[in-house]
Amino acid sequence: MLEVSDLDVYHGSSKTLQGMSLTVEKGEVLCLLGRNGAGKTTTLRAIMGLATAGAGSIRLDGTEISALPAHERPRLGIGYVPQGRRLFSELTVRENLEIGMMTRRSPQRVLDETLSLFPRLQERLGQVSGTLSGGEQQMLATARALCIDPKVILLDEPTEGLMPSMIATIRDVVVTLRNQGKAILLVEQRVEAVLSIADRFCFVENGKAQAVMPVEALRADPSLLSRYVGVG
Amino acid sequence: MAFGPFLLLATLEGLLQAAVLTLTALGLSLVFGVMRVVNVAHGEFYMLGAVVAWWVASMFSLHPAVGFFAALVISPLIVGAIAFASERLILKRLNYDPESTIVATIGMLYIIQQTVLLTYGPDARPVSAPFYYRIQLPWFGYSGYNLFVIAAAIVLLLAVWFVLSRTRLGLIMRATQFDREMAQAFGIPIERVYAFVFAAGAMLAAIAAVLIVPIRQAHYLMGLDPLLLSFIVVILGGLGSLRGTVIAALLIGLSDGIISVFFSPTLAKIISTLLVTLVLVFKPEGLFGAKAR
Repeated sequence: MLEVSDLDVYHGSSKTLQGMSLTVEKGEVLCLLGRNGAGKTTTLRAIMGLATAGAGSIRLDGTEISALPAHERPRLGIGYVPQGRRLFSELTVRENLEIGMMTRRSPQRVLDETLSLFPRLQERLGQVSGTLSGGEQQMLATARALCIDPKVILLDEPTEGLMPSMIATIRDVVVTLRNQGKAILLVEQRVEAVLSIADRFCFVENGKAQAVMPVEALRADPSLLSRYVGVG
Repeated sequence: MAFGPFLLLATLEGLLQAAVLTLTALGLSLVFGVMRVVNVAHGEFYMLGAVVAWWVASMFSLHPAVGFFAALVISPLIVGAIAFASERLILKRLNYDPESTIVATIGMLYIIQQTVLLTYGPDARPVSAPFYYRIQLPWFGYSGYNLFVIAAAIVLLLAVWFVLSRTRLGLIMRATQFDREMAQAFGIPIERVYAFVFAAGAMLAAIAAVLIVPIRQAHYLMGLDPLLLSFIVVILGGLGSLRGTVIAALLIGLSDGIISVFFSPTLAKIISTLLVTLVLVFKPEGLFGAKAR
């Protein structure tokens, strides 16, 4: 579904990704793990066209998208939930969702389905999104991306700063989306939060995928974690 | 004239000033709010609006109203097209860098101003008002056209408010204003939004100029005062805040009108500038602006 190969990204004169490669398939959760500054967020930004990519390719369903301007990529069905949520915080919940709906002119059904995943947002449609609680903001950021009716969803640290109950909600939603056949690329620092939902892990170091392994391998040998990420 | 009627006259003059200023400042505020571009050439779009209005009106030798209303439609369109072209050719190529665009728009100011001087000349020329109607108050007569300008400005303001807060286009503009990167991540072509906003900002200034040109004549230097006052209004009201812009324009326009009538226009400018200095020192985000994020 989504295939990144040998991607280089420059930030000024320094190279933040060098030869990054990964693939995410339909109905799969791929989790990027790695230390701060390893290049996880940059990978997501490069897929969205928000970081300038040099050499390499990004393919969605076999179509090369790395030359497309940033605003055309979401229209192909890539939903982005950025780090720190980045809501349009002075707009209401409804307006934030409308912007998601506009991207691909999603039918009303998409909004109904999205709101059924997050009933709490339904009650807060008229509220200015900047005044929501942290958990609700994360729900809205996720819901906004789902309003695109995406094939691929990029989630950057969705559980950051959330209470355990909220983390469970977000996790349930990710599982639901995977079961619906969406391809999910997840960046997460807290391994324990994603061990139960990720299908494969990709360890990122120095702007490159160092190793990719199924969740079973990680369960069988937890020492892999400390070897690659220095946690666990 | 007694004090009461004199104050009424001064207030009417102030309202007229405020009406034109609100439209002009709104254009500047919109461009800054959405694009983060400080458009120093904004006053020149105002001046162009008046000059083109004279040119259009002078082509119609029918009733003055025909020339005026033709100018009210054609002049903003021409000015909008010029602004659109300069956005594509200049600002876009500078990647909307805040500092470079200030220098670039200063350049645009001189190019537009001197081109008008070379072609239109140094004279001030009038456009006839579409109608002459004097409202006879017990103390003095007042031009009905001036009231028309105030009413037209109110209608336009409501229209801008409606577009910004109730339409898809307005939502796109506001989303781009708050976070241009996220706007792109949701399919908003921000460069097209910028080109549209820059043209729309210039058109607001041009409309204000067409409205005022029957009262004050078209002249190649007429853009300087509105530029200064618009900056004062935008800083006072808070950058990118529609409500702040309107309230600050009312405040500055009214005080400018009233102080000009009672004392002198120079004193009015001194007081407005002083007010801005105080706001910048004590509330740098403006009276209604959000704190910088």
